[in-house]
Amino acid sequence: MTARIERPLSPHLQTYRVTLTMAMSIIHRATGIAMYFGTLLVAWWLIATASGPGAYAYVQAFTGSIIGKLILFGYTWSLLHHLVSGIRYFFWDLGYGFKPNEREALTWGAAIAGISLTVLVWIIAYAVGGPR
Amino acid sequence: MSGPSSMRTPLARVRNLGSSHSGTKDFWRQRLTAVAMTLLIVPVLVVVLMLGRSNQAGAAQTLGSLPIAIIMLLFIIASTWHMKIGMQIVVEDYVHSEKLKLACVIANNFFCIAVALSSIYAILKLSSGV
Repeated sequence: MTARIERPLSPHLQTYRVTLTMAMSIIHRATGIAMYFGTLLVAWWLIATASGPGAYAYVQAFTGSIIGKLILFGYTWSLLHHLVSGIRYFFWDLGYGFKPNEREALTWGAAIAGISLTVLVWIIAYAVGGPR
Repeated sequence: MSGPSSMRTPLARVRNLGSSHSGTKDFWRQRLTAVAMTLLIVPVLVVVLMLGRSNQAGAAQTLGSLPIAIIMLLFIIASTWHMKIGMQIVVEDYVHSEKLKLACVIANNFFCIAVALSSIYAILKLSSGV
């Protein structure tokens, strides 16, 4: 083992003023992590469908409950927010949208689009019969 | 390797120790899977919304039909691959202990492969109708 030298650390989060893009970056990670564990629900749903009516009834009981619906709503937002927020990164990867006004517009646009699309999907879901 | 008395030149010592030109592999695959999911999201949402009110028999029939099964399989592969890369980046950013980091990266691989394979197995089972 080499001797540990006590070097000063670089400033961390608490040093910086919270900015819009910083908050969105954190939300992007948080929604990604939430969906990571949320895939267990998708796998459960698919396995239950493949298993038979008994197993499927448990999934329906979950998606029909208030807590289940809240989790599904959160999952829908996480997915759509991560999607539109991720499309911002495509712009930046290609070298566009780095000017302050462009950067802010892209980020506000993604935040608003994520919420709007989530509401739209749930309106459609209820229009076609609702999740059970 | 070579001590101070080595006859090898400094250049010879460092040759082949440089970039393998594969350092951006995860960056590229993260974008590749992201583009794939951006294209697949609308059909996937349509499938999920279609299944909103169906019973097990109806869901099994829909998910087992050829075009829908293929769409779901593509999305499962892209998403589990994408989340494996994403979680590894999070672990590498925040877990500083080498041993714990190694354990987390192994667990991440196991989790993503388990989710991917069990989902793929369910779709294939529905498609084959057994």
